Amino acid sequence: MDAWEWEYAFSILPDLLRGLLVTFQATVLGSALALALGLVLALVRRSGLPILSQGTWAFIELVRSTPLLVQIYFVYNILPQFGITLNSLTAGVLALGVHYATYTAEVYRAGIDAVPRGQWEAATALSLPSSRVWTGVVLPQAVPRVLPALGNCVISMYKEVPLLLSIGVLDLVGRAREVASDSFRPVEPYTLAGLFFLLLSYPAAVLVRRLERRVGIAH
Amino acid sequence: MASHTDTETGEAAALDGGAQIRFDKVVKQFGDNVVLRELDFSVQPGERVCLIGPSGSGKTTILRLLMTLERANSGTIQVCGQYLTHMERGGKLVSANEKHLREVRKRIGMVFQQFNLFPNMKVLQNLTEAPVRVLGESKAEAEQKGMELLELVGLAEKAGAHPSQLSGGQQQRVAIARALAMEPDVLLLDEVTSALDPELVAGVLGLLKDIANSTDITMLCVTHEMGFARDVSDRVLMFDKGVVVEEAPPEKLFNAPDHQRTRDFLQAILGRS
Amino acid sequence: MFDDLTRFLAILTEGVATTVFVTVGGIILATVMSFVAGLCMLSRSTSLRVVSRIYVEVWRGTSEVVQLFWIFFALPVLIGFQLVPLWAGVLVLGINHGAYGAEIVRGAVQAVPRAQYEGAIALNFTPAQRILRVILPQALVEMVPPFNNLFIQLLKGSALVSLVFLEDITYQATEVLLPTNSRQAFTILLLLLMLYLVLSVLITAVMRRVERRAAALVGRGPSAEASDRAALMGGV
Repeated sequence: MDAWEWEYAFSILPDLLRGLLVTFQATVLGSALALALGLVLALVRRSGLPILSQGTWAFIELVRSTPLLVQIYFVYNILPQFGITLNSLTAGVLALGVHYATYTAEVYRAGIDAVPRGQWEAATALSLPSSRVWTGVVLPQAVPRVLPALGNCVISMYKEVPLLLSIGVLDLVGRAREVASDSFRPVEPYTLAGLFFLLLSYPAAVLVRRLERRVGIAH
Repeated sequence: MASHTDTETGEAAALDGGAQIRFDKVVKQFGDNVVLRELDFSVQPGERVCLIGPSGSGKTTILRLLMTLERANSGTIQVCGQYLTHMERGGKLVSANEKHLREVRKRIGMVFQQFNLFPNMKVLQNLTEAPVRVLGESKAEAEQKGMELLELVGLAEKAGAHPSQLSGGQQQRVAIARALAMEPDVLLLDEVTSALDPELVAGVLGLLKDIANSTDITMLCVTHEMGFARDVSDRVLMFDKGVVVEEAPPEKLFNAPDHQRTRDFLQAILGRS
Repeated sequence: MFDDLTRFLAILTEGVATTVFVTVGGIILATVMSFVAGLCMLSRSTSLRVVSRIYVEVWRGTSEVVQLFWIFFALPVLIGFQLVPLWAGVLVLGINHGAYGAEIVRGAVQAVPRAQYEGAIALNFTPAQRILRVILPQALVEMVPPFNNLFIQLLKGSALVSLVFLEDITYQATEVLLPTNSRQAFTILLLLLMLYLVLSVLITAVMRRVERRAAALVGRGPSAEASDRAALMGGV
């Protein structure tokens, strides 16, 4: 048996591509959740509200210090007990989004902290209302600065989407595993899956690095 | 950070309708460092007062207290006949809430050493942002006023530029215009030329002199520019270690100071005996 | 209730040996790979730089899950023999996280001020001496916090080995406990999360000691630093 058969490799491409589509879906949805929720978490942390801000800190630390895989099982197994039944993809996206929200929250926090104190003081001197200070002065300066770091979060999430196969989601790697076990030929599916990942994450990483340099110069 | 004041026992400093700014026994400390020791001082409407003295003597703290960037540990501050950080409730004084603070603070404008223009807004928007959001002016009104102010400071053609495209001196002039756009009664100037390249300083000082000559606005400046202090101020206060060492009109203070400390400081700064 | 808790804990901890083994093994391998690849990326030899760069980009750019399955299922077909699962797990974790660690090493070494290199050259140190006696000791302190984060990432990554049926603590929870105690999934998974939390705190505690040792190596303290610099610049 040859290690690599091109004919076989081509024949499994459609299956793998179908899986890749699911991977994209999960990445996009998960990122949207992570980027939005992360900002909320960062703002709550900063608010200084008594129970909420410490509770948020504890939650962030817990989620960041424990495996995403376990959190995926958690969401998938616990929610039905509360009467919420979600399909695997939704549960997986939820787990991904919340997990990475704790990372983006840190990124947002760093960006907000980096806005010079003088900007806050000038806004106070002008008596700008607090909502306007955030939307008009602080966030427009904080967010662009951390776009590269946010980009890295998204790329990292993309690479962890395959964890969803543990709850039955047929993403790229889930399909590869299916195909490999059906045909007893693991080399082609897994190598192709790896290549697909590389083909997308490497250019994305290069783009982020370029963005880093641009943001560095602008500020 | 509880703010204990004499006033909470009912012995409030009476409201002074005459003075525009009044500090009564104001104490401010940062940790163990007492920066202002029971400071009493007042400024009349339209007066131009310059605060000079070595670093750490408390001059900038006075401005920051007025702008509510810091809170005093004890004592009261009055602005335009109202308590700044206190409110009257049933005959006693309590700590002011945000609403009261914002009301009183509208009378005061500040120009910072580091300009602090908003980099994400163009020059004109820096000038219109607060008038629109805080004073409730319409965008058209605010823009017209903004352009007039830019004319005044000589930067009308830069209305559409970003702050980062302007020189330090230009940014500071925009910052002055931004503070004036709020039509304050009192203008606080915190070492506004200290961060500028020497050749840009004259431009900004000239602008401030024009403003002093052509308006009635009360000005309180912390500065190291003695020439400017001499030209513009009605009164100069020499600070050291949190107390006023000497207070006099500029002709007297600069030419024939009474106190040795003032003499020493002036000699160090101006190189004259 | 407490009977259940102790029963769950007992079963979960049966997997601790595996988790600790792959984690520690992975940390050791990752550290070695980080330094080798990190220093190669800074070498003067183009081929070394290219090879290490390819290693870093490929292993960072592909998903850990793919790497895991590839090493477990595809590699044996290619090399002709089965890897011992435990060692295969160590291999995946070590090589994957070594790629990230290489960037940490590279960054920290490059952050050492140029003046140190020049002082070492002026004193006629060989390249190896320069790296070992001057540059690395100064870079080490900067490396410790990012490596701490990396090792905790590795610990979290160790949960993946449950997907290839290695009996670590996650496997114990998901394959042994959950199927028969689905009503107590919350408790079981919460306990599992706590176990990981404890292990990550342990890692951080160890890394703090390492950081202190590394700082002592460069004599953190003005007089010690100054005398080092003086010694280096003495001959110039």
